[in-house]
Amino acid sequence: MKIQKPAKAGTMESNDIYIMVQPNDEGGVILNLESIVMTQFGNQIKTVIMETLKELGVEDAVVTAKDRGALDYTIRARIETAVKRGM
Amino acid sequence: MERLRRTMLFMPGNNPSMLQNAGILGADSVILDLEDAVSLTEKDSARILVRNAIKSVNFYNSEVVVRINPLGTEFGYEDLDVIGRVKPDAIMVPKATEADIKSVSEKLDKIEEEEGFEKGSIKLFALIESAYGLENVYSILQSSDRIIGMLLGAEDLTADLGIKRTREGEEIFYARSRVATACKACKVAAIDTPFADMEDMEGFIKDITRAKSLGMTGKAAINPRQIDTIHGVYAPTEAEIRYAQRVMEAQEEAKREGKGVFSLDGKMVDAPIIARAQTTLNTARLAGLI
Amino acid sequence: MKNILGREIPEFVEGYGKVKPFGGAFNNLGEVTKKEVRVKSAVPGETKVLSTIREAIEKCNLKDGATISFHHHLRNGDYVLNMVLEEVAKMGLKDIKVAASSIFPVHAPMVELMKSGVITGVYANYMSGPVAEAISKGLLKNPAVMHTHGGRARAIESGDLHIDVAFIAAPTADTYGNINGVEGKAACGTLGYAIPDAMYADRVVAVTDNLVPYPACPIDIQQEYVDYVVAVESIGDPKGIVSGTTRITKDPVGLKIAKMTSQVIEASGLLKDGFSFQTGAGGTSLAVAAYVKELMKKKGIQGSFAAGGVTGYIVEMFEEGLFRSIFDVQCFDLKAIESYKNNKAHQGMSASMYGNPHNRGAVVNNLDVMILGATEIDVDFNVNVTTGSNGVIMGGSGGHSDTAAGAKLAIIVTQLVKGRLPIVVDKCTTVTTPGESIDVIVTERGIAVNPRRTDLIEKLKTTNLPVMTIEELKKIAEDMTGKPEKIQLDDEIVAIVEYRDGTVIDVVKKVK
Repeated sequence: MKIQKPAKAGTMESNDIYIMVQPNDEGGVILNLESIVMTQFGNQIKTVIMETLKELGVEDAVVTAKDRGALDYTIRARIETAVKRGM
Repeated sequence: MERLRRTMLFMPGNNPSMLQNAGILGADSVILDLEDAVSLTEKDSARILVRNAIKSVNFYNSEVVVRINPLGTEFGYEDLDVIGRVKPDAIMVPKATEADIKSVSEKLDKIEEEEGFEKGSIKLFALIESAYGLENVYSILQSSDRIIGMLLGAEDLTADLGIKRTREGEEIFYARSRVATACKACKVAAIDTPFADMEDMEGFIKDITRAKSLGMTGKAAINPRQIDTIHGVYAPTEAEIRYAQRVMEAQEEAKREGKGVFSLDGKMVDAPIIARAQTTLNTARLAGLI
Repeated sequence: MKNILGREIPEFVEGYGKVKPFGGAFNNLGEVTKKEVRVKSAVPGETKVLSTIREAIEKCNLKDGATISFHHHLRNGDYVLNMVLEEVAKMGLKDIKVAASSIFPVHAPMVELMKSGVITGVYANYMSGPVAEAISKGLLKNPAVMHTHGGRARAIESGDLHIDVAFIAAPTADTYGNINGVEGKAACGTLGYAIPDAMYADRVVAVTDNLVPYPACPIDIQQEYVDYVVAVESIGDPKGIVSGTTRITKDPVGLKIAKMTSQVIEASGLLKDGFSFQTGAGGTSLAVAAYVKELMKKKGIQGSFAAGGVTGYIVEMFEEGLFRSIFDVQCFDLKAIESYKNNKAHQGMSASMYGNPHNRGAVVNNLDVMILGATEIDVDFNVNVTTGSNGVIMGGSGGHSDTAAGAKLAIIVTQLVKGRLPIVVDKCTTVTTPGESIDVIVTERGIAVNPRRTDLIEKLKTTNLPVMTIEELKKIAEDMTGKPEKIQLDDEIVAIVEYRDGTVIDVVKKVK
């Protein structure tokens, strides 16, 4: 699945995550993550984002994520929404 | 599983905080809403979030119902297709007509087959909120055996009828009676329209009591703080429970003594009284009162 | 070495001294000796009124290395601490230790003074905001010492914490040093936290913006303890001092926790005539009070007292006759201030009377039920309210450990997960209150009783409440959030957490 245009999903409300995806012509995934639980869950969140992108077949993208304590199911949902909107 | 449906709590479908806490608020059912609570630009987002929530959030003992968008909109069928595949307990169909219910039911047949779910396991709630719907309540109920209940939506209904919606609710007397009777005839739940004013506690209790007295078996809640109040009105009183227990004891005794008819407190106890006592005790048991 | 809770602490900490390890909540009682107090006698005819803070500092002969103290009744509206320290810095004094009962975001100017070496030590029962963050980053020369409210009174009375000069923010003071907190534009109610300072400091300066003719009755702190009085333009911003109204939470999760908590209290058997109760000012704590109120009315119970930091809600219960009296160490809102001013059964209390373990009996010892919060609680029921789970200081015991130790039933009320952080953990980042004094934790997803309380476990079995082990509770949380990674901290100690008896229950490490 190829990201054609910038797209966003999610909110900055607590327990949510705001996601923006953009095309990456250079190839690969670049992830910029901010999180209120970076120390405790930063790696876990990155893994979930990368896994979800892979499941959706996204190979090239610039992903900006601003996390407000979202659980994994929300992170997956917001990534999927942003990707589908960006197709 | 036999369950009470005294309260059905609406939860906005695009709000992670509310979705993950929906199951701990004590509602008998939660309605994860993709329709009115979600703006047109977030329909896709809410659909995916609710799907994921059903897969991974623990809703404890609450029945999980998803209100999809009307089938006449561009979102309705996609909601059904995405949500059906994660097997909620039930789908709520807004502005339901016979044709809508049949169409949803057929679509669910297909999804159940494809996903390997038991046939007919995803249930339906029909939302009655138009003059057409109200006048055809019984035939709508008959259009699918997936239906386990109806919700009366008084705001849209009164708008459709072109009449004023009031705090006292005289204008929905007929609608409540009609829905309650049809539901009773088909042995499904009759859920009353929500009460909007959170500050008017007295009006709220009157509203629940009135609906209950007409045969509505439960009420939709739009705020978790309404749940306890609704359960309070629907709970059998201690006196009612005690009386029901005495009826059953007297019946046991009559059986032991080989008596066909018997009386309690000088009054003849007949079949309707026994049936009512059983219903009271069953409700009390499910509500954890005995 | 390890203390009895298994917390790794050194035997000696540079800038603090020899460490007395925590050995159990009631391990360190017995006879104690209070310190001698130096008092400069006042000569008849001498005036106590000085024109500036600088003059007061000079009269008190404040020197490098001295310890000065402040109370926190003006909370985030306090101007006095900053005013005094600004003057201290201007005078070129160095190496000052600040013993403030609590430190708030308004005290941010302290950070620069820590960097420049004007301030090298901090004692506080609670701290939040830039100062707490700066201490966590290692910007203070010596480790900060975190007390409990009762423990601070104990430390002052015993001499463990010697105060050279106490600067007391006084909403009203007369020309001979009598102080009250109920009059004046910065009225804050009781002055309970300032009383040990007034009684045991070498010199005491009242700083007021409402200087009145002698005598200023009622009197919260008497003239016999006060050396000097300084009038200033303003001692604080009323908006930061009191909240207009304290409100019960509308959050359904908080309400659910509160309702379950009231059911635990009912099941405990403590809810009968003579019942005593304390709860905080947070929305969920107040909701507990609301449910308890309903139960008390239904059962026709009159309680003996409500204690604590007092809110308007508690005052309402008192006025409705649900409690015979109130013990008040700090007023949280205007209604509490009014009540304290007007009602004799609304009794003020000092920090020592409130929670000091080394006196002849503190009010906390007579508490039936105490409602407490937690940032983290571990599987041994130890509670952290000192640091966030990222290791940064963002609170402190305040009265947490004191009331938990005294109350017959100490209940932690908290959401099980806050913004993806599980509250029940294997090991707390910092231990503030030992698990032995916590009886039960109530969350929206389950209730866990301390296994020591077999009686309570039996009583709760008769209810429909979702009682489980704390390990089960932890699992529910981690099933939602995943297991948090252990945070990496530096080896340097930035704060010592003293239990109420002066032993060290834990240390706080510098954040990376």
